[in-house]
Amino acid sequence: MTPEQLIHALEQMLLIRAHEEATAALQRDGRGPGTCTAVGQEAAAVGVVSALSAEDEILTNHRSIGHLLARGADPRRTMAEILGRQDGYCGGKSGSLHISARELGVVLTSTIVGGELALVTGVALARKMARRPGIVACFFGDGAACQGRFHESVNLAGVWDLPILYVCENNQWQAFVHRKETMRIDKIASRAAAYGIEGATVDGNDVAAVHAAAREARARIEATGAPFLLEVVTYRLRGHFEPDDQAYVDPAELDTWRRRDPIARLKDRLLAEGHLTAQSLTALEASVARSIAAAITFAEASPVPPLRELKTHVYA
Amino acid sequence: MTVMTMTDAITAALAEEMRRDPRVLTFGEGVATTQAALLAEFGPGRVRNTPLAEGIIAGTAAGAAASGLRPVIDLLFAPFLTYAMDEIVNSAGKLRFLSGGQFSFPMVVLAHTGAGWGVGGQHNHNIEAWFAHAPGLKVVMPATAEDAHGLMLSAIRDDNPVLFFTDTALVFAPGEVTGAPVPLGRAAVRRQGADVSLIAYAKTVHTCLEAAVQLAEAGIEAEVIDLRTIKPLDEAAILTSVRKTGRAIVVHEASRICGLGAEVAAIVAEKAFDALQAPVLRLTGPDAPTSGSFTLEAAFAPQVEDVVAAARATLAGTPRKGRASLPA
Ligand SMILES: Cc1ncc(C[n+]2csc(CCOP(=O)(O)OP(=O)(O)O)c2C)c(N)n1
Repeated sequence: MTPEQLIHALEQMLLIRAHEEATAALQRDGRGPGTCTAVGQEAAAVGVVSALSAEDEILTNHRSIGHLLARGADPRRTMAEILGRQDGYCGGKSGSLHISARELGVVLTSTIVGGELALVTGVALARKMARRPGIVACFFGDGAACQGRFHESVNLAGVWDLPILYVCENNQWQAFVHRKETMRIDKIASRAAAYGIEGATVDGNDVAAVHAAAREARARIEATGAPFLLEVVTYRLRGHFEPDDQAYVDPAELDTWRRRDPIARLKDRLLAEGHLTAQSLTALEASVARSIAAAITFAEASPVPPLRELKTHVYA
Repeated sequence: MTVMTMTDAITAALAEEMRRDPRVLTFGEGVATTQAALLAEFGPGRVRNTPLAEGIIAGTAAGAAASGLRPVIDLLFAPFLTYAMDEIVNSAGKLRFLSGGQFSFPMVVLAHTGAGWGVGGQHNHNIEAWFAHAPGLKVVMPATAEDAHGLMLSAIRDDNPVLFFTDTALVFAPGEVTGAPVPLGRAAVRRQGADVSLIAYAKTVHTCLEAAVQLAEAGIEAEVIDLRTIKPLDEAAILTSVRKTGRAIVVHEASRICGLGAEVAAIVAEKAFDALQAPVLRLTGPDAPTSGSFTLEAAFAPQVEDVVAAARATLAGTPRKGRASLPA
């Protein structure tokens, strides 16, 4: 990534973090619902999404804000959706857990863990049959990789040569269960071989590394026509949802990963390389804070859906 | 007698049964984390975390149940049971019959459902009737901590698969727990009345009780029946009440079409037609998924005003269709 791209990535990562922290605060204040945040995983979202092309599509899950914002979602509308307001991307009907934004190519978001794995094959099939260029990126967690749907999806995508970038965000947690309790392997990407496809594991807290790996994977998909399994190793620094005291988390492990904070790492790098100054960083942070404050104001002013919306959009 | 939440009452019942019967074990996504006290008391063999995979959790439970264990599994939220449908419906529900009675499936499947947490339609969906429709399964859905405890004891002791649904609006509500088992298939009369029977389960029991207070102020004595078990349904309790009042309103959060209200109405029509002074009414959630928006979620289930309006109308001889609280 060029210095300009890295600065843009930092801005997006700061925006994602501020957005997540704002929704957590809204929940604490009784102004918003509990949400699943992806604090600590910003580099995974920004690194992958920045490697996609405009025509690519994205499927995501309950922990989607990073993917949406990295794709250019308007934080006012994501915030409105989380608060269940009419100006949200889904008219307030989703809330935080299933935010699709078709206009951004973020399609069919499902909070059923593994749901996106089941749907992505069809989305990619439609693209392939229409001979539309581009690929479909499917974000899922290490928990979803334990669902039978993972096997079914990757196997089918493999035999049908579907242009899918499977992105396993291995954040070490499946709600309240540590990944190590659920699988004997250390690298989820090692499963790619079992399906006869290519895979790779990347440090998910290094945005440039994630971006490079995702670009390479995307290029392989375009070259081979086959799907690719990219594992992005990262850590969920907050709880599973808000509120969550993380009493079940090993403090030493949490501390280790806090010290690998992807935002701090990127800041340090940009400052050290002279692409950012303390001043320009402060300005960046202030502008992000203003965006989030504006998003909250907008969202709280947005009307709640009228009761007739209880029965709309059920049937086509 | 102790005061505890419905969640704690279920855990207490599970712990009692685990003490009493070494064949009882529990597992699910995060069970060993969230049930730390059970883990400490019974150890990692009988209290297990699982990978995130509902199908294999339910399948393992069914296989273990047929092989001498008595598993209690937590599948978290009712919609996640769709991933375990094959194991619950096709295996646990049918293989007793299909094996000519060689196997039985003493297992309990726990799941939350219903409005309360603003989590939207993939977490909150009242699908209890789906399981009532499937052979070989029993279904309970308590309205109080006391019943949750008592039904849990009975569910674990039962030799059939029992779906145990807990209403998110009620799980943290404290209630008195005496400790007695509550038999499966027995409804409770929560309030006596001679004018109209309000038949409900889970959160709508409380809606009906509130409505009954308002109706009493208007001189209408409503009887409130809490079904507690959805299958087997306590037909005798329903018929006794309707024979007394001559009027029935079934109130549930699940949607109307093929919901439990349809079954209750049919039973009343078939077996107490002569006693009816008015058509049986149903007040239900709409034929729609629930929304993550708190406002829409809160409006989904029948409201007190719906019950009051329906009861007044049926007594006035002008039974209205639909719910007063919703746009037509
Ligand atoms: C089918 C299903 N089972 C359980 C849940 C509850 N749940 C939501 S997120 C989650 C953990 C998911 O872990 P992972 O796939 O690793 O993704 P992460 O949350 O870590 O991003 C669980 C158990 C769900 N939403 N859907």
